[in-house]
Amino acid sequence: MAGVRRETLQAWALILPALVLLVAFTHWPAVATLVDSLYTTPKGSRPPRFVGVENYVALMDDPVFWRALHNNAVYALVTIPASVVLALLMALAVNTALPGRPLLRMAYFTPTMLPMIAVANIWLFFFTPDYGLFDRIVGVFGMGRHNWLGDAATALPAMMAVAVWKEAGFFMIFYLAALQAMPPDLKEAASLEGSSRWNFFRRVTLPLLMPTTLFVLVNAVINAFRLVDHVVVMTRGGPDNATTLLLYYIYETGFRFWDTAMAATLTVVLLALLGTLAIFQFGVLGRRVHYR
Amino acid sequence: MIRRRTLLATSAAALAAPAVSKAQGVTKLSIYYPIAVGGPIPAIIDGYCKEFQTQTGIEVTPVYAGNYGETMTKAVTAIRGGTGPQLAVLLAAEMHSLQDMDILVSLDELGLDAEGRKWVEGFYPAFLANSRVDGKTWSVPFQRSTAIMYYNKAAFAEAGLDPDKFPRTWAELAAAAAKLTKRDASGRVVRWGVKLASDAGNAQWTFGALANQAGHILMNEAGTETYFNHPKAIEAMAFWRSLAFEHKATPEGISAWPQLSPDFLEGNAAIIQHTTGNLTNVRDKAGFPFGVAGLPGKEGPRTVVGGGNLYFFKQANAAERAAALKFARFLSAPERAADWSIRTGYIGTRPDAYETPALKEYVTKFPPADVARGFLPVAVGELSTFENQRVYKALTDNIQACLNGAKSAAQAMVDTQAEADRILKPYKRA
Repeated sequence: MAGVRRETLQAWALILPALVLLVAFTHWPAVATLVDSLYTTPKGSRPPRFVGVENYVALMDDPVFWRALHNNAVYALVTIPASVVLALLMALAVNTALPGRPLLRMAYFTPTMLPMIAVANIWLFFFTPDYGLFDRIVGVFGMGRHNWLGDAATALPAMMAVAVWKEAGFFMIFYLAALQAMPPDLKEAASLEGSSRWNFFRRVTLPLLMPTTLFVLVNAVINAFRLVDHVVVMTRGGPDNATTLLLYYIYETGFRFWDTAMAATLTVVLLALLGTLAIFQFGVLGRRVHYR
Repeated sequence: MIRRRTLLATSAAALAAPAVSKAQGVTKLSIYYPIAVGGPIPAIIDGYCKEFQTQTGIEVTPVYAGNYGETMTKAVTAIRGGTGPQLAVLLAAEMHSLQDMDILVSLDELGLDAEGRKWVEGFYPAFLANSRVDGKTWSVPFQRSTAIMYYNKAAFAEAGLDPDKFPRTWAELAAAAAKLTKRDASGRVVRWGVKLASDAGNAQWTFGALANQAGHILMNEAGTETYFNHPKAIEAMAFWRSLAFEHKATPEGISAWPQLSPDFLEGNAAIIQHTTGNLTNVRDKAGFPFGVAGLPGKEGPRTVVGGGNLYFFKQANAAERAAALKFARFLSAPERAADWSIRTGYIGTRPDAYETPALKEYVTKFPPADVARGFLPVAVGELSTFENQRVYKALTDNIQACLNGAKSAAQAMVDTQAEADRILKPYKRA
């Protein structure tokens, strides 16, 4: 009996450090956020008051929230497939024997190494109307000026371009690693069988890359909701909320308006959204993934 | 803990012995300070703090906390966490929001004697416009500016305009800006007539000036009501919109504040509306003769003030409060206000600063430095309400929709008012 108890004690002692960190920095804040979202924001001498789901009802009436949700959906639906496909193409390109291959790999990976704030500032110059890089380039073809970030129609696509540029190189590394780990005898066997290159890619390479794809997809989804540094630097959500993403709206509500209750409500919504997406990815997609 | 008890004890002792200077018990203060324009401002502030320490023995530690917004976030977060500075320079327009958080102490509560009250009266009234409510003064003007126009004299001459006569009315400005807008053979604009900032954080400042130019104030003094749907506010918005859509003299869509100086220095914009705080920067970098002028108005020049004031926080104890007040008075002494203005381009906050030999000599040598001061009599305070940032966002979103062509001026203003009413509803007292 005593031996068992010591073992149990030992087990608890071993997981304690991880448990403390997880509870303190993940679980407790999540629960506290949920609780805060059911109260009003404390103001000066007015203490928080329990209001139940009133904050959630108010959120449903908030046009900026819907706008942010819509923007984020468009943003995710475009940037995730675009960056994943681009990453795969780049990985395939640098996996073949090319002169100057290490240099090319480096070039593809560079955007990942730069901090997002620096990236945003560089792109800010690219997008400058009249004398920025893009306007200079389209000017050569006789096209007029573009207020890339200042026009509601082009602002969100401009932000998506930055995100794809930044993300693709990162995902490429995972694809490249998976491609390198692929046994070469598969390729030899396939060519002996007379399989075409496309057929080999579709029937062999792509299925073998599925675990990597799932991993990359999970990361891409998280990043689509997590990366807002470029919004802060480039547009601050403007013009007229055209580039407001959910997380940026949470920051604005929490730290510009000091409406902590509403910020907590928004956070709970974002958490629920990400949780649902994760369940879908692991539950549905995960089952179709072939692990060796 | 020990330190706090010591402070309390000393402050009690200081109160008991009136002969001893009240601030003597305090040796340390910290101040949060925002950096809003380029240049060597931290070095200047460090210098003032050192000088203050030599004079009084009180050590003031400045914490440079980013731009105005970031400094506000950090100061409020620190104070809510139970620590934080005794004083900070924050946007003058944040008075109502800070009061609402119940973290400020007014100058009157800091203990102003008759002489102190006279000192407060010595600031330019325009700079106190965002400091007063309920008969109390809540902040001391310090890093202050107004909006002014920078214009390219070479471009004026090229367009057949008199480089020494800047437009004084809206009609004149629109006509001049249209003439200054230059297109190449393909119709592509190579130089815009005028650019005004319409990005988040700046659009409301630009609009405050335009509203005043139409003879309209956007809010009540208590900060509980706004007047965006007034015909004069709509007229101001319509004028701004017309510069882009009718006169084709400014770009449609958003023009960002950080882009204005490069645009002007590159010759891409002939006129920009910017802060006086940018004067030294433009003077050092412009490769062409440039002029500085007051903003025009519907009938005559009108402008808006901007910039930061010194705020005092409630959590400081009596001795710290006294020391903080002493530091504020030290900073606004005429010689220091003059020195500050010369080295940064910000306006001296008090008329007596302009009586000092140093500043007198400087403005004779460099007359543009004195242009903004001439427009203080026609300046109003910034848009300032409770939930200030929320109201700013409502206004900015609608201005941007209007300049993007998605809303008419009237629609934009009506929508802003509806949103502002919703935000300010809890603050309306019967």
